[in-house]
Amino acid sequence: MSYEFLRVVWYALLGILLTGYAVLDGFDLGVGALHLFARGDENRRILLNAIGPVWDGNEVWLVAGGGAMFAAFPEVYAAVFSGFYLVFILLLFGLIFRAAAIEFRGRLPQSWWRRSWDASFSASSILSSFLIGVAFGNVIYGIPLNAAHQFSGSFFSLFSPYPALMGITTVALFAMHGSIFVILKTEGDLHANAREWGRNCLIFFILCYVVLTMATLLYVPHMAAPFRTHPYLFAIPAVGLLFIANIPREIFHGRDFSAFVSSCLAIVFLMGLVGIGLYPCMVYSNPGPQNSLTLFNSASSPATLTVMLIVAAIGIPLVVSYTAGVYWIFRGKVRLDPHSY
Amino acid sequence: MSAVFLARLQFAFTIMFHYLFPPLTVGLGVILVIVEWLYLKTGDSLYRETARFWVKIFGLIFALGVATGLVMEFEFGTNWSHYSRFVGDIFGSALAAEGIFAFFLEGGFLAILLFGWDKVSPRIHFLAALLVAAGAHFSAVWIVVANSWQQTPAGYRLIGTGPAQRAQITSFWQVVFNPSSMSRIAHVYMGAWQAGAFLVMSVSAYYLLKNRHVRFAQTSMKIALSVAAVASILQLVTGDSGARVAASLQPAKLAAFEGHFPKSAPAPLYLFGWVNSARETVRGVSIPRGLSLILYGDPNRPVTGLDAFPVNERPPVNLVFQSFHLMVAIGFALIALAFAGLFFWWRGSLFNHPPLLMLYVPSVLLPELANELGWFSAEAGRQPYIVYHLLRTAQGVSPNVSAGEIAASLALFAAVYALLFALFVFLMNEKIQHGPGPEAPEAREPAGRLA
Repeated sequence: MSYEFLRVVWYALLGILLTGYAVLDGFDLGVGALHLFARGDENRRILLNAIGPVWDGNEVWLVAGGGAMFAAFPEVYAAVFSGFYLVFILLLFGLIFRAAAIEFRGRLPQSWWRRSWDASFSASSILSSFLIGVAFGNVIYGIPLNAAHQFSGSFFSLFSPYPALMGITTVALFAMHGSIFVILKTEGDLHANAREWGRNCLIFFILCYVVLTMATLLYVPHMAAPFRTHPYLFAIPAVGLLFIANIPREIFHGRDFSAFVSSCLAIVFLMGLVGIGLYPCMVYSNPGPQNSLTLFNSASSPATLTVMLIVAAIGIPLVVSYTAGVYWIFRGKVRLDPHSY
Repeated sequence: MSAVFLARLQFAFTIMFHYLFPPLTVGLGVILVIVEWLYLKTGDSLYRETARFWVKIFGLIFALGVATGLVMEFEFGTNWSHYSRFVGDIFGSALAAEGIFAFFLEGGFLAILLFGWDKVSPRIHFLAALLVAAGAHFSAVWIVVANSWQQTPAGYRLIGTGPAQRAQITSFWQVVFNPSSMSRIAHVYMGAWQAGAFLVMSVSAYYLLKNRHVRFAQTSMKIALSVAAVASILQLVTGDSGARVAASLQPAKLAAFEGHFPKSAPAPLYLFGWVNSARETVRGVSIPRGLSLILYGDPNRPVTGLDAFPVNERPPVNLVFQSFHLMVAIGFALIALAFAGLFFWWRGSLFNHPPLLMLYVPSVLLPELANELGWFSAEAGRQPYIVYHLLRTAQGVSPNVSAGEIAASLALFAAVYALLFALFVFLMNEKIQHGPGPEAPEAREPAGRLA
C-alpha cells in the first residue's frame, strides 16, 4: 500500500474510533447530564445501572482514539494535547469524578452521600461533554500554530464563541442521545418522564444545531469548501438530518430501539460531516493556515502505519463482536439486583 | 521552580498514584481465576462467595486504576509533547496492539465479571474472569515495553537533526523484544502478583484474628499464600536478570543502584548505606566484592563505576541507591513472610499463630511500597535521559506549557487525588468490615440507613 493511502486510511480509522466514542460514551455522558432530573433514589439507581455494565468499555474508545492519534499522528497528538493543556486537565478531572461517582455512590446507603455523588455525576458528565465539544470546536475553527506546529495561543482564547457553541451543542447532542437510551432501558413512570426529556432535548439540540450551522457557514468557511467543490457531499448532512427527524417519529410509535439506532446514525453522519469538512486538515491553523497540521505532514512512518493496520484488522472485528456480546447479555429493561450499583 | 522540574514532579506524582492500583488488579485477577476455577471444579458455594467478595474489591480498585490511567495517556501529550513527537513512531504499534487487545478486553468482560452473576453460566463467568485477568496482564506489556524501550532502545533509526529529530521504527519485533523488556515484564508481573496476593492475605488475616468469616478467610489465605510464595521466589530471579541487563546496557544506572564510583574495580554489595555523591563515598555495611560475584560469578571481575561518566551524565545517586536497597530489602522480607506461612501450613497450624497473622494484616503495604520504589529507582536511574542516550529529560517537555500552568494542574491533582485516596481507603474499609455475603445491611449496623 502506498504511504499516501495508508495515511488516508488512518485518518478514516481515527475518525471511526472517535465516532465510536461519540456514539457509545455519548449516551452515557448524556444519561449523566439528565441524572438529576430523575427523582428518588431508585430511579437514579436505574439510570446508573442502565449504563453500569457498559460505560467503562465505552470510555475505552477514548483511550483507543487517543492512543491511535499518538501512534498514527504523533504531531497532532503533541500539538493538540499540549496546546489544550488546561482544557484537557479539566476534562480529565471531569472523567475522574464521573468514574468515582458511578463507582462510589452505591457503596454507602446514607442519603447525603448519594446526593453528593448524584450532583457530582451530573456536573462532571456535563463538564466532560462540554469540554470535548470545546476541543472539537477549536480543531475545526482553528488554533494559532507556529511554524513548528506548536500552539501559540492562551488558555482563555480556547473558549472563544465558536468552540463554546460547539461545546453547548455537544452537551445537547449527548443529552438527546442519552435520553433515548433511557427511554429504551426503562419502564413505567421513569419511561414516561424520559419521553418528555427526549422531546425537550431534541428541541434543544435542533436549536443549537441550527445556530452552529449558521455560525460555521459564516465564520468557518474552510469547513464548507469541500462541499462547494463536491456538491454531492451535501447528501451527508441531508441524510444526517433525516435520521434526526426520524427520532421523534420512532418514539411516537413506541419503537424505542429504532429511535436509538437513528440517534446513533445521526451522530455517525455528523462526525462524517466534520471529517469531510476538515479533510485533509487535522488541526487547522488560524491565523496562518500554511501551518496547519494535515494528515500528510503529521503521520508516522509507513512501517508503523502498516503494523498498526494489521493490528487493527485483527483486533477491531474482535472488539466489535465481544462488545456486541456484552450489550446482548445486558439487553432489555434495567432490573436492580444485589450486584447493581 | 522550572517548568521541567514541575512537569517531572507532576508525572512522578500522577504515575505513582496510578501505580498503586494496577498491580493490585493484575495480582487479584490471578487469584480470581484460581477461585472461579475451583468453583467450577468443585461446585462448592464457598468458592462462589469468595469470588463474589474479591470481585467487589477488584471493581473498586479497577475503577481507580482506569480513572488515574487515562491521566497518564493524556499526560504524554500535555506535558511531554516533544518527547511524544520523538517517540510516537516507535510507541505507535505497541500502543495500538495493547489498546485494541488489552483495554477493550478488560473493559468489555469486566461488565460480565461484576454484573453477570445471574445473567451468565458459571462457565462463562469463569471465562470472563480469565479474560479480564489476561487483559490486565496484556495492558502491562505495552507500558513496560514502551518504558523498556526508553531504557534500552532497539529497532529504530534517528531521522532529522536538532529539535526536528525523531526516532523511526525499523523493526517492530526488535522494539517489542528490546534487551530489557522481557526481564522487566516478568519483574513487573511478579511485583503485581505479590501485591494482589498480599492484599488477600492481609484481609484474610484480619478476619481470622477477629474470628469472622473464618471458612472464607482460610480459603482465601491458602490460595493467596500459594501465589505469594511462588511470586516472591520468582521475583528474586527476575530482579537478578534485570540487574544483569542493566549492568551491560545501563552501567551508570547499575552503579547508582550500588553507589559504586571507581571507574573499573571489583564492587562490593551493600546491605544498607548512605551515599555522599560529592565525596564519592558510601558508608554502610557491605559484602566485599559481592556485586561482582552475583553479577558475573567472579569476585575479581571489575564493575563499571560512576567515575566512568561525566557528572552531568549521572543519575541522582543516593536517591537511586536508597530506593533500590529498600525495594530489595522488602523483597527478602516478603519471601520470609510467605515461607513462614508455608512452613506453618505444612505443620498444619497456619491459622493458630496470631503473631504471624498480625504480621500479615499490614503486609500488603510492603509489595505496594516495593512496586513504587522499583519504579522510582528504574526511572531515576535512567536520568538525566528520558530516552536513554537519545533524548534528555529536559528536552522532552512541552515548550508551550508554562510553569504556572503546570503548578496549577499539579495543585489540582494533589487535591483531587488526596480526596480520591481518602475515599478509596474509606470504602475499602467499609467493604472489608461488611465482609463477604449478601449486600443487605447486617443487623449490627446502625438503623436508619436506606437499603
